[in-house]
Amino acid sequence: MRRVRATAAPYLLALPAWIWFGVFFVVPIAAMASVSLTTGNILEGFQQTFSVSNYAAAIGQYHTQMIRSLVYGGVATVIMLLLAYPMAYWIAFKGGRRKSMYLFLLLLPFFVSFVLRTISWGFLLADDGILFGPLKSAGLLPQGFHVLATEFAVIGGLVYNFLPFMVLPIYVALERVDPRVIEAAYDLYASRWAAFRRVVLPLSLPGVFAGVLMTFVPATADPVNARVLGGTGTTMIGNIIQTEYMTNNDYPTASALSFTLMAVLLVGIFVYARSLGTENVLEAAAR
Amino acid sequence: MTETQAGTGEAMASPVAPQVPAIELDGVVKEYLANGEVVQAVKGVTLSIAEGEFFSLLGPSGCGKTTTMRMIAGFEDPSRGVVRLHGRDVTNVPPNRRDVNMVFQSYALFPHMNVWENVAFGLRRRKTPEAEIKRRVGETLEIVDLVGREKRRPREMSGGQQQRVALARALVNRPRALLLDEPLGALDLKLRQAMQIELKRIQREVGITFVYVTHDQSEALTMSDRIAVMHDGLVEQLASPREIYERPATAFVAGFIGTSNLIRGTVDRVESGNAVLALDEGGRVLVAEASHRAGDPITITVRPEKITISTEEPAGGLSAVRGTVSEVVYLGLYNSYAVRLADGAEVTVFQQNALDSSSTAERGDAVWLSWQPHHSYAIGS
Ligand SMILES: Nc1ncnc2c1ncn2[C@@H]1O[C@H](COP(=O)(O)OP(=O)(O)O)[C@@H](O)[C@H]1O
Ligand SMILES: [Mg+2]
Repeated sequence: MRRVRATAAPYLLALPAWIWFGVFFVVPIAAMASVSLTTGNILEGFQQTFSVSNYAAAIGQYHTQMIRSLVYGGVATVIMLLLAYPMAYWIAFKGGRRKSMYLFLLLLPFFVSFVLRTISWGFLLADDGILFGPLKSAGLLPQGFHVLATEFAVIGGLVYNFLPFMVLPIYVALERVDPRVIEAAYDLYASRWAAFRRVVLPLSLPGVFAGVLMTFVPATADPVNARVLGGTGTTMIGNIIQTEYMTNNDYPTASALSFTLMAVLLVGIFVYARSLGTENVLEAAAR
Repeated sequence: MTETQAGTGEAMASPVAPQVPAIELDGVVKEYLANGEVVQAVKGVTLSIAEGEFFSLLGPSGCGKTTTMRMIAGFEDPSRGVVRLHGRDVTNVPPNRRDVNMVFQSYALFPHMNVWENVAFGLRRRKTPEAEIKRRVGETLEIVDLVGREKRRPREMSGGQQQRVALARALVNRPRALLLDEPLGALDLKLRQAMQIELKRIQREVGITFVYVTHDQSEALTMSDRIAVMHDGLVEQLASPREIYERPATAFVAGFIGTSNLIRGTVDRVESGNAVLALDEGGRVLVAEASHRAGDPITITVRPEKITISTEEPAGGLSAVRGTVSEVVYLGLYNSYAVRLADGAEVTVFQQNALDSSSTAERGDAVWLSWQPHHSYAIGS
């Protein structure tokens, strides 16, 4: 009896976590899956038909936006990686005693709401706004020049909004690299580049992996940047899902699109993890 | 830079030197700026280590051993002074261009590489042909007894095994010198003793100069050809283990190495080649050193095992001091006595457990201590 109780204790302790997981993850996912397999409309009601026709129709209609979202999310993620790695590296190795101040500065914009931040970016990038207006009247930019409502604005907004989620995990991984191990590389005749390439970079890959995950997924699904900074030609899948759900009340299509997006992202992450060498990533992460 | 330094002519003289030392430190100083204050971690070390020597830097924690070693490896630039490796001034040469390798205190193995990759790292960086890498890594793993463990990650190995990997990773490059910073510090006593013997064997086998940092005096005494005893950023004594044990140069060395008794006094007279210290209560201490004159203040040390304890007054020609036994500790092979002298000083005496127990003293006994004049060493203050 005591034995049973002893072995059950860890599971009982995890009970709140399981309840949380059930209520906020399993239940909504199941509900959405069931909605995606219904037919009908808001006026006549929806019937559970278990027909996958919603998926076929949704993909047929919106594959352009789906692919565009993946491209925008992917390009934004690559740019973020290129910006974030040097930033994280600099803070971790050259930050000295000011490290926490630099991290605070990095997070400072997050004290302003996400939507508001994006809108103020819109002001900055407006055709005759505070940035381009003076440049145009000075003749440094052609009158027709514009950034707002283009893919540059949307991708730029994604980069701006999600960058800290790339910097932080890479910073944490770099911070954990034992400086003696880097010295050992120098001691064993490694040049600065070789020490980075053979020791620092591989040891920071778990952070890169986490950073890419934490930025690519929300950036690809994000509706705010495309709505605020984009135009008609830059609509992303997040906007479509939002419109289908909120405006058209076409819940089955919205759910089917959400599931399709989730499936595509999961497959993408899986392929990505394999290509980075899951063994290496998990091994290094488990240190 | 107000004037050029004199005494840099050594570089020209080096071709005629009989044997160029493997490592030379010349007036090396290292200063750190800590909280706006200059801290001297190393205050001026000059020493030279011969080719193939097992050389130890011994001293308490914080005395500057690691800093000294890091300056030899190239991780710290000396604030002043010159570092030479085989006669070449390397003071400003980065570590990856120095022909020495370091075994780190914490091993610092590459956690994402297996044993083989760890050991091959240095050879790869030097663009060694793959066939030679294979051969040399194999050979080295044999020396450190790790054959069959090539595919293990550091994390999957015991402390002792990681220690061997760290050693192999440095040895495989056949450096001109190997620098080891308290390499056995993290191991338990049994393993540490086994590794001491192992290290000594490896050093004989490969014939590489070893510079060994330790705070463990017995480790330094058993392994080294020569020892530099460091204290507070300076070398207090540089000599063979025997010399350091038998003739400590300073009170610090005497106290740090083994147990030692310090006796202070004033030279009373010089008599048949011995300085004689007269003590109150009729005792005397003879020092086999005639360079002292009457009236000189003097401190001598004498090792506990050199002292004989007896109840009768000893013969002339020996130091003879009276005291009272205040403690007796039975230690198996020998007894340890604490004897209080008339002036309050306490002297430790080790007496082997003799076959006859007649010489055994008890707590509270009044006894005589005696030893040969040449077992008294006058030391610097
Ligand atoms: N980077 C540093 N900055 C400031 N002080 C240091 C630094 N490295 C070492 N020290 C100081 O120098 C002294 C010698 O240190 P160290 O060489 O590590 O001694 P040991 O290896 O003999 O224990 C210590 O007092 C230590 O606090
Ligand atoms: Mg140290």
